[in-house]
Amino acid sequence: MSFAWTIVAFVVVLAICWRFLGAYMVTVFNGRSTWLSFVERPLYRLLKVDPESEQSWQRYAVSVTMFTGVALLFGYGIFRLQGHLPFNPQHFGAVREDTAWNTVVSFVTNTNWQAYSGETTMSYLSQMGVLALQNFLSAAVGIAVAVALIRGFARRGSKTIGNFWVDFVRSNLYVLLPIAFVAAIVFIGQGALETLSGPAHVHNALTGVDQTLPRGPIASQEVIKQLGTNGGGFFNANGAGPFENPSGLTNFLSIILILCIPVALTYTFGKMVFSVRQGVAILAVMTVLFGGWLTMATVAEHQGNPAVAAAGVTEQPTGNMEGKETRFGAPSSALYNITSTQTSTGSVDSAADSYTAIGGGAMLTGMMLGEVSPGGVGTGLYGILLFAVITVFIGGLMVGRTPEYLGKKIQAREVKLAALGVLVMPITVLVLTAIAVSVHAGRVGPLNAGPHGFSEILYAYTSQTNNNGSGFGGLSANTPFYNITGTIGLLLGRFGMIIPVLALAGSLAAKQVVPASLGTFRTDKPMFAVLLLGIVLIVGALTFFPAVSLGPIVEQFSGGRLF
Amino acid sequence: MWVSLRRAVVVSLAFFVLLGLAYPLATTGIGQLLFHDKANGSLTANGSTRIGQTWSGPQWFQGRRDGDDPTATGGSNLGPRSQELSDKVKKQIDALKKEGITPTSGLVTASGSGVDPDISPDDAYAQVASVAKSRNLPEDRVRQLVADHVSGPQYGFLGASHVNVLELNVALAALT
Repeated sequence: MSFAWTIVAFVVVLAICWRFLGAYMVTVFNGRSTWLSFVERPLYRLLKVDPESEQSWQRYAVSVTMFTGVALLFGYGIFRLQGHLPFNPQHFGAVREDTAWNTVVSFVTNTNWQAYSGETTMSYLSQMGVLALQNFLSAAVGIAVAVALIRGFARRGSKTIGNFWVDFVRSNLYVLLPIAFVAAIVFIGQGALETLSGPAHVHNALTGVDQTLPRGPIASQEVIKQLGTNGGGFFNANGAGPFENPSGLTNFLSIILILCIPVALTYTFGKMVFSVRQGVAILAVMTVLFGGWLTMATVAEHQGNPAVAAAGVTEQPTGNMEGKETRFGAPSSALYNITSTQTSTGSVDSAADSYTAIGGGAMLTGMMLGEVSPGGVGTGLYGILLFAVITVFIGGLMVGRTPEYLGKKIQAREVKLAALGVLVMPITVLVLTAIAVSVHAGRVGPLNAGPHGFSEILYAYTSQTNNNGSGFGGLSANTPFYNITGTIGLLLGRFGMIIPVLALAGSLAAKQVVPASLGTFRTDKPMFAVLLLGIVLIVGALTFFPAVSLGPIVEQFSGGRLF
Repeated sequence: MWVSLRRAVVVSLAFFVLLGLAYPLATTGIGQLLFHDKANGSLTANGSTRIGQTWSGPQWFQGRRDGDDPTATGGSNLGPRSQELSDKVKKQIDALKKEGITPTSGLVTASGSGVDPDISPDDAYAQVASVAKSRNLPEDRVRQLVADHVSGPQYGFLGASHVNVLELNVALAALT
């Protein structure tokens, strides 16, 4: 019963975020918010950027790419040199080359796939100055690209789509930093750690048990990992760890932090294209997908764990508790993990690998739909707008009329760019999975036998290419093979989408608006939303159904068999 | 090209200082000031209330099937049809039955963190008889102690009911 109230609170709080955070972001990206200009102005002077100047899509894309390249080198350098740098109370040495490379690419692409364990690998400087920092910066890149695409729709006959440096600075200063700062204090008040003292040694006089507790500046990183839909845990247990996610309230707030920006961006989108209803149509599709997948996972986890039942405990009144924390319970854990995989977050408050076949399958297939429900910060919005372009194209084919979206004629170039952006992810995932199951170095990775082992590999590449970062943790991913192939997925998944999206933005911005007529397909109506929903589902199902059949589906229908 | 490179370097350094150092250090300062004990790990004389420990023997309430090693957190990662998981659960069932405890789903499963500090009220009540017997205490008194330590769902609707094992066992030790 308490879970029903959790859902009510969830809907109410997100509705408030949608309306007010969405409107606030409009003022931020139009340059009308100035309350932080005392930090913003000096930054522009340092960068030698005129905030009024604008960039073509090519220059915007070069700026994004250049920034990413520098961030990669910078992070890699700190990982490799952390042994000689301050804030290293545990005296960790350099991170291994392939691990350092995979990790820095993973955080810079907003993925936060983690092949390492934070408690035994990363100094506090690496945690704060690379991991937490990139949680901000990679999220800001995503928001900037989404805003550039919105401008592409909103403008007419324009050669420019905004200025990357300005959008990037504003995302960090006005959106991410203030929310993260307030949330971090709340998390500490609930019991999340925030200290620079090294590990604590404790002794229990009652039992004689000794423990070493790794600590660190956790809360400040925890909140931005959620807010920026990054998802990388300070420790290996991620959001399941009591020092990161200590209470029912922090668990709920984590979910809200993850969803608030992606959901609010649909309002920002609507406002900026002068029709909030356009944003509502998009949000409706996201909501239906989210609700469907949440129901699937919650019902599946309520059923209990087959392996536990086979061992003799058939009464599992609280559902499948293997890999779940007592203080959250199964339903709230499923809500958290679904939230994290329907966005590009990938943090988990319960072990994904130990979910039931359908519960784990819901997390896997949620990512396979391209993370558009509502997707990561920025990435979710531009992901679904690509699908929207394809939807109006298919709608246009049905009636034999040149399609339009938001008054812009959708022609061959736009359809090609949208199709490219949509197809890069599935192709990369399927090819990398096929390679991994064909070579020895890939086949030794899985912990579990049978179909679940295949799911672990498929999940790893789906997660990395979608820049999600969650994992079926049983896979031994910290090997040169998985680190290097995974990095290919990370980069293709990120830039294989960003570049076509920016090209699309540039191409749309240059177009004039066609006045709506009686024959125009209305994209703010339920008919469009239904068609868009269908396209997302059909593209996902056509590309991934065979692969999913070999994993979760076979596992679900294998009767009483254990592997 | 060079302009972009210069800007990329400058913005990386500027945000390294602002978001990579100033933000976490300011948060640490405020956290240490306002919530000193919590920010440092909720440490008590017998360990952290946020991190589970192993309690062996029938004289203590036991936690979940966890390794309880805070330097290697994480779940078992065994799948829902794993033979190995089933074997581990079976071993735990036998161990619990030997101590006269009826196995519950919470006690035979491992958590996601591997250091779950809590058990569910059902898990705790299942151990009342064996704890009371081993300590020569009336069962009612031990059951009342458990009831006094049940907390959650937080604010009545967030998360699930749970009992903190360290707090329960410290109170139990004070009882006798």
